[in-house]
Amino acid sequence: MTGAGPAAGGRSARRRSRRWEPRAEAPAWRVVLVTLAAVAVAALVVTWVFVSYGVEPVHAWSTIVRRTLLEPRGLSETLRKAVPLLLIGIGLLLAFRARFWNIGAEGQLLAGAVGATAVALFAGLPAPLVIPAMFLAGALAGAAWGAVPALLKARLGVNEIITTLMFNYIALYVVRYLINGPWKARTATGFSYSERFPVEAVLPTFGTTRLHWPTLVIALVLVGVIALLLARSRFGFEVEVLGRSPEAARYAGIDAGRVTLVLAALAAGAAGMAGVGEVAGIHRRLVEPTQLSLGYGYAAILVALLARGRALAVVPAALFLGFVFAAGDVMRVSLRLPSQLPDVVTGLVLLLVAASEPLTRGRWVRSEGTEPPAMPVADALTAGPPARAAGAEGGGG
Amino acid sequence: MDLDLLVVATVARALAFATPLLWAALGEVIAERSGVVNLGVEGMMALGAVAGFAVAFTTGNVWWGLAAAALAGMAGSALHAVVAITLRADAYVSGLSLTMLGLGLSALVGRAWVGRPLPDPMRTVDVPWLRDLPLLGPMLFQGQHLLTYAALVAAVVAWVLLFHTRGGLVLRSVGENPVAVDVAGLPVRRTRYAAVLIGGLLAGIGGGYLSLAYRPSWGEGMVNGLGWIAIALAIFAMWHPLRVLLAGLLFGACFTLAFRLQTVFPPELLTLLPYAFTVLALVFTAWSRGRRAFGAPEALGRPYLRGER
Amino acid sequence: MRTHAPLPPRLSLRGIEKRYPGVRALAGVDLDVANGEVHAVLGENGAGKSTLMHVVYGLVTPDAGSMAWEGQPVRLRSPRDAIALGIGLVAQHFHLVERHTVVENLALGFPGAPAWRPTRVLIPQLKAASDRYGLALDPRAVVRDLSPGERQRVEIVKALVQGARLLVLDEPTSVLTPAEVDTLFTVLRRFVAEGSSVVFVSHKLAEVEVLADRVTVLRRGAVVGRRSAADGLDRRDLARLMVGRDLAPAVGARGLAERSSATPGPVRLRLAGVRVELPGRGRAAPPMTALDVPALEVRGGEIVGVAGVAGNGQSELVEVVAGLRAATAGRVEIDGRAVGGAHGARGRVDAGVALVPEDRTKVGVVGDLSVARNLALRHAHRRPFARGMWVDWRAVGRASEKAVAAFDIATPSTGTPTRLLSGGNVQKVILARELGRDPGVVVAVHPTYGLDVAATAQTHARLLAAAARGAAVLLVSEDLDEVLALADRVAVLAGGRLVATMAAADANPEALGLAMAGVAA
Repeated sequence: MTGAGPAAGGRSARRRSRRWEPRAEAPAWRVVLVTLAAVAVAALVVTWVFVSYGVEPVHAWSTIVRRTLLEPRGLSETLRKAVPLLLIGIGLLLAFRARFWNIGAEGQLLAGAVGATAVALFAGLPAPLVIPAMFLAGALAGAAWGAVPALLKARLGVNEIITTLMFNYIALYVVRYLINGPWKARTATGFSYSERFPVEAVLPTFGTTRLHWPTLVIALVLVGVIALLLARSRFGFEVEVLGRSPEAARYAGIDAGRVTLVLAALAAGAAGMAGVGEVAGIHRRLVEPTQLSLGYGYAAILVALLARGRALAVVPAALFLGFVFAAGDVMRVSLRLPSQLPDVVTGLVLLLVAASEPLTRGRWVRSEGTEPPAMPVADALTAGPPARAAGAEGGGG
Repeated sequence: MDLDLLVVATVARALAFATPLLWAALGEVIAERSGVVNLGVEGMMALGAVAGFAVAFTTGNVWWGLAAAALAGMAGSALHAVVAITLRADAYVSGLSLTMLGLGLSALVGRAWVGRPLPDPMRTVDVPWLRDLPLLGPMLFQGQHLLTYAALVAAVVAWVLLFHTRGGLVLRSVGENPVAVDVAGLPVRRTRYAAVLIGGLLAGIGGGYLSLAYRPSWGEGMVNGLGWIAIALAIFAMWHPLRVLLAGLLFGACFTLAFRLQTVFPPELLTLLPYAFTVLALVFTAWSRGRRAFGAPEALGRPYLRGER
Repeated sequence: MRTHAPLPPRLSLRGIEKRYPGVRALAGVDLDVANGEVHAVLGENGAGKSTLMHVVYGLVTPDAGSMAWEGQPVRLRSPRDAIALGIGLVAQHFHLVERHTVVENLALGFPGAPAWRPTRVLIPQLKAASDRYGLALDPRAVVRDLSPGERQRVEIVKALVQGARLLVLDEPTSVLTPAEVDTLFTVLRRFVAEGSSVVFVSHKLAEVEVLADRVTVLRRGAVVGRRSAADGLDRRDLARLMVGRDLAPAVGARGLAERSSATPGPVRLRLAGVRVELPGRGRAAPPMTALDVPALEVRGGEIVGVAGVAGNGQSELVEVVAGLRAATAGRVEIDGRAVGGAHGARGRVDAGVALVPEDRTKVGVVGDLSVARNLALRHAHRRPFARGMWVDWRAVGRASEKAVAAFDIATPSTGTPTRLLSGGNVQKVILARELGRDPGVVVAVHPTYGLDVAATAQTHARLLAAAARGAAVLLVSEDLDEVLALADRVAVLAGGRLVATMAAADANPEALGLAMAGVAA
């Protein structure tokens, strides 16, 4: 029976409460549900913003949906914005698996743009080689830009969050220096930009839209390749082990430094190629960095986290964020709302997704007892899907 | 003669430049010492800056503005505290999202005040009597804001509280081994909440300094990475308030020196020097301490899952 | 003549119940601890001893039952209440802040410490307690630099300075050398002689025999017997109560005859002049020699046991042999061929070196991955599983089905994540993986830590079978009983140096204890 008599401190009845007990399984339906709930809350906040700015919400939402998804031109814009998010997102998914927190995708994108510009304006290659060379240069430039922080982490243990972020700023100012200095176009007066790319360096677009399809193709192929590698290759298995348990990885003979470096370079290279797409597909010249990347590097973090470690899930996540960006444009142009709204929405969704992550795993428990702690919940967003709970092992996760 | 002037001006500017860094870095030191990493400093500084400016502008009183800045920073960090401590979600992601949210929100809210100068900004002070000292006078005691001196005092106070009081011992222990603290019957979550809220408050003051004193105005890119540099500063200073003081002044001096070299280098390359310098500082720290993680509070970044109750 | 009324017991528990999801940790436990007595709580791993102690200390609230302190009913809501009453806990895993000094750790748990400069006030109190009980401690020493025995002293002094009248010790001797165990017992006896009480939780019969005044035996959360030293404590009787049946003599042991009759094969593992030097890391960690093994040989079919308390070079030795760490100097030979390099872990696997690690849940398996994937963990690059750069998951699945059957692993399916398996079954997964490929060299580190008797016996049987098939087995363990039961030859690591090697016949706890303490045998 319950304890007899007053406690030493004088308190009387013991409260029987329910407490939340975290477990390590996150059933898929719950994950989807919680994610959708986070998005729904963000949508509510946006609706409230509409109202407070005097815009009629139904009209606002219908305009947005129409202009981003239903009209062909609008849809192409949504896809166009999703392309760099897809490329960078799949790369970040990999990097996060290795616990390499790459916040520097913005800078790596810029590095890729610089590499592409160098090839386009100065390499003097025969016409059919220019585009492939630009992508190659962009990938290498991005990879190099990301490899430095990765090496610093691997060799010296330097915090990569700060270094990759600092490299963002460094890249920004280098690009500014280039377009204001050595690469400044002769005709530039007010704004600075580089010379226009020659026609062979301009990426073909889809019909009359601005959707530069080579980048899209590269992005989709990359997603497929990475999904395959993660599921079925030895390297993919190493990545999975490393992401879940660095100690076990060491024991298993997996070279954590090498794997991290490869993944960081891959992620950075993908971001670099996204930069090529932006500079050669949209602007056709090297422009002011804040016009080149509209925060894709940061938004892609959300893409990677939404995908929760599953490579193929990056596609819907990127599409969703592409929609958010495109909707931001519609809001600004058609509804006269502030341009910072997409940033706020992205930040809000990220916060809600992170905050709701523990809700995907756990249950209410009546007694006051607990079991020994389950796996730390922090791993969940990046570690990928858990092993299948039943049936013989057939394919990858 | 010229060199004297150069040194004096550099040190004086360095003090001013370092002030927001000092406030934010002190806050981060306190938060991280309790084991909660707060990557939202940039966002909180931005919120502090815009809130401070808005309130000072409308009330005409910078001190109300400063209070608002502090509260705004604290409110932002409260959100982070709830997500990272109570919900036990990933503190890194939560902080990052708060930076994005804070930057976006502050830009949104601050639109009305872009480009409008503050009619009655915070005044600089000259310390009586000390201002007349040769060389040291103009270097340190003329033309600085009260907030600068307050930052120096705050660093010393933080040091005393962290290392010479029982409360500070508990806070440090929470960051090293929260289980030990829990077993000793002391509150882990409450301590962490307090640390994070204080951190947000200080970051808010740092942001308020920017918009109320340093550059009395509001602009969207006002914080411009200072929050991140502050986090790096906390690491470089090995989470020690007095070292934050020294390192912050060092950072400030290097940045202002770089600006002096404008005649020699293109301006864009100069503006990237602070960020490059931060990387070098981190590399130096890591290299001189050996290859493994040094000095970081053991429980940093790990949510505390208590065994019972 | 008036007789005094008998004193109420210092601590009294009645009907303590505690359930966790799926298991009844404590089922109606009654316990009385008198003044001035050492009361042992005996039981196997998982019998509920630690849970009971957590109840006593206020870390865990029982679902039912009552507690009385010196005759007065009490209810503990937190360790603070327990400390206020006078209960001190020395847990199995110390709760110390490694970076802080001894006195800072003391100040943390001391409710009466002042807010301003608490350490200053505590140093003299610390010295007083140390001297009184014979527990030498430097108040300004950093805990990280202390040995496990010294750290335990800090925990004990913490409890004493807080005014403990009842000291609860949970498996205190698992990290101590034999000499340190004697010191501990002396301290406890001095403590008890003053009228205070000690509750001593253990599964080691020998110690309970020596120290306890009364014994309460737990099995599966219930009290199955009480004994008193006054009536004489019999080891076999206690063992029978603990396990519920007669313990087979030295489970898994090899008879002496069996050992000497088996002719060992060729040398399969040899270390020559192996040293691991650690560079200095600031003032707190000066450069040191973590491992110094002039010569060590293990032949096929032989089991060499390496005894010693953790922290004396065991992990460095294991890592060097398994290729996880490069030795600073010296040579390692597997089957006569020199192997080397820090990234040689994979090479070692190919050379036939198996490693059963000490931390089975964090290192030996990846908890989230399925049983099948864990069985492929170290071998994913080798032929049946790997095809070029791809992994043949179907082959992995097939092999895992076979392994589960062969090693009797209790799991719902091969796709179950290993973190859902019990400790014994996790160990079986590891053994299936490591021993299933007929390795030439097997390194097993504390393989039965935390396992119950049945799992321990099965593990020992597997190791013996591996040896019988010709493998060279290096058994590194803190458990002297285990080492003595299995090994043909016994070596001792003390302070990183391999100080003694002797045949099993000559090895006994006293000799080994002396060697471990650094006194040449």
